[in-house]
Amino acid sequence: MKKSTMFVRMITASLMRRRSRMVVALLSIAIGATVLSGLVTIYYDVPRQMGAQFRNYGANMILTPSGDSMTLDDVAAGAACIPSDQLVGMTPYRYETVRIRETPVVAAGTDLESAKKTSPFWSVEGEWPSANGELLLGAAVAEQYRLKVGDTIEVTYTPEELADASADPATVTADEMILFDVTGILDTGGSEEDHIYMYMADLETLTGTANKADVAELSVSASGDVLAGYVERVAQGSDAVSARLVKRVTASEATVLSKLQALVLLVTTVVLALTMICVATTMTAVVTERRKEIGLRKAIGASDSSIIKEFMGESMLLGLLGGVLGSMLGFLFAQEVSVHVFSSTISFRPLLVPITIIVSIAVTGLSSLLPIRSATEVDPALVLKGE
Amino acid sequence: MSLLELKNVYKIYGELHALDDVSLKVEKGEWVSIMGPSGSGKSTMMNIIGCMDKPSKGEVLLDGVDISKQSAKELTTIRRDKIGLIFQQFHLVNYLTALENVMLAQYYHSLPDEKEALEALDRVGLADRARHLPSQLSGGEQQRVCVARALINYPEIILADEPTGNLDEANEAIVVDLFHKLHNEGTTLIVVTHDPEVAEVAQRTLVLRSGRLAKEVVNQNFTGQIHFDRS
Ligand SMILES: Nc1ncnc2c1ncn2[C@@H]1O[C@H](COP(=O)(O)OP(=O)(O)OP(=O)(O)O)[C@@H](O)[C@H]1O
Ligand SMILES: [Mg+2]
Repeated sequence: MKKSTMFVRMITASLMRRRSRMVVALLSIAIGATVLSGLVTIYYDVPRQMGAQFRNYGANMILTPSGDSMTLDDVAAGAACIPSDQLVGMTPYRYETVRIRETPVVAAGTDLESAKKTSPFWSVEGEWPSANGELLLGAAVAEQYRLKVGDTIEVTYTPEELADASADPATVTADEMILFDVTGILDTGGSEEDHIYMYMADLETLTGTANKADVAELSVSASGDVLAGYVERVAQGSDAVSARLVKRVTASEATVLSKLQALVLLVTTVVLALTMICVATTMTAVVTERRKEIGLRKAIGASDSSIIKEFMGESMLLGLLGGVLGSMLGFLFAQEVSVHVFSSTISFRPLLVPITIIVSIAVTGLSSLLPIRSATEVDPALVLKGE
Repeated sequence: MSLLELKNVYKIYGELHALDDVSLKVEKGEWVSIMGPSGSGKSTMMNIIGCMDKPSKGEVLLDGVDISKQSAKELTTIRRDKIGLIFQQFHLVNYLTALENVMLAQYYHSLPDEKEALEALDRVGLADRARHLPSQLSGGEQQRVCVARALINYPEIILADEPTGNLDEANEAIVVDLFHKLHNEGTTLIVVTHDPEVAEVAQRTLVLRSGRLAKEVVNQNFTGQIHFDRS
């Protein structure tokens, strides 16, 4: 039999037949490896995640009329300059002044489904409108008129030429009126709270004019130069609309990202240190517990180096098992975190498996160094005196 | 030249002289018993001869080499190559099978050889217990595994510290029997024992008292034949 065969047989026997003790050590290594590989996965996935997240934080590009006005067709043509797989959402808005209880208020007509996507930070109490005739009220408007979810309300529109002649009571009958159900109150902390939101079709019915937009918010899954390139393309491709970036969001993306990555790195370091302490403690306990065995091995001729080799072999085997376990659990852990924190799944990184295993073996070996050195200091004579 | 020679050996713990000016010679192939009351220094002497401890003073020559002057590393090599140890408390590695425990000695010595290890277990009558863990073996069986392990590398000298101390008479007979066979093969044996019947089957009995060699008895009846029988 080869020496190496016996070596492997010995260290596996030690792990398999002394299971209860080894399970503790294995668990600490596996947990360390899990958190480690999980956090590294998240670390590399954060940019991707955060990109999606910031896209969620609304539009990163807006289209406005080059001249006095633009049509919905102009908006669509402008948006068509951006590759469709990069265009996550596109929401046109048209603003008109309407009246509620004879007081003017700004109404926005839009595609509310799309607005939900390009403005995910909008928090709606109640429900988003899902059909024509339903209305989303800005919180300030709701406050002003003492309206709440479930109320019905008349919204009127006075055409400009009639508004000029509003002194003449005979023409008032020309006003358009729609009876809306209030389905939700909008809370954004911004100027949106001063508006009311309805489907474009309702606004077009109210005003009697169709195919108009004042602004369109675009969510593009690109950043930096690529995004700037798209602005350029829209400028070349369309005369009616001009595009510009929403600077505030794109700039903050980078800072938040680097802060988050620094945080993940910090946590990873702390977990690494804790794992090492835990492994070192366990190995110290293991060595103490096996002093008698070490003495016996020495008495029958084991040199210091073979004692070191055997314990190192055991701890590295533990590292290997822990690493294998950890790289699998780590992916699940990262997936969980990703789903709960970022509401998206992560991609599996095959390269991370060998890396986790190697790091796990190295960390376990490293933290076992001192405890194993103390194993060589066991005196065979003392141990055999029947301690 | 004697295989083993102790010249004025002392082992001193503070005030206590565990060994006090001990001198003795053991020839190659000899079978020597060591007796003495508890605390008289028997284990202390065995540890020194077994290269696990060093004397405070004096020379210990094993095969002409003064082991009191060797480094710990050199002592390990001597232990591995020349000495077979048997202890009172049947020290076995508890997570290795009987066979693996025997192979462990081969592993440190040269190369593990499963067939040879099995033969050694067969010699001590444990061929059918080879795959058992120590916890699955009786005390007598464990001690026989220790004997198999001690003899596996053909050591020049086998040191046994109360090898039958924890055994019943049947197992004691088996172990003593094995000593006879080893002796007949030319192995040098030094056996510490409290049991006069185990002691007197040897060629010589040395008696220690308070760390001093008090008496030496030559066994006139020694035949080298198996005559150990208490029944
Ligand atoms: N490491 C030590 N430190 C201090 N004193 C020791 C040490 N080892 C042994 N002694 C003392 O040396 C003396 C001899 O001990 P030793 O173990 O050699 O006795 P022994 O003859 O083997 O006894 P027993 O028959 O009970 O096994 C004892 O008094 C013991 O207390
Ligand atoms: Mg003793």
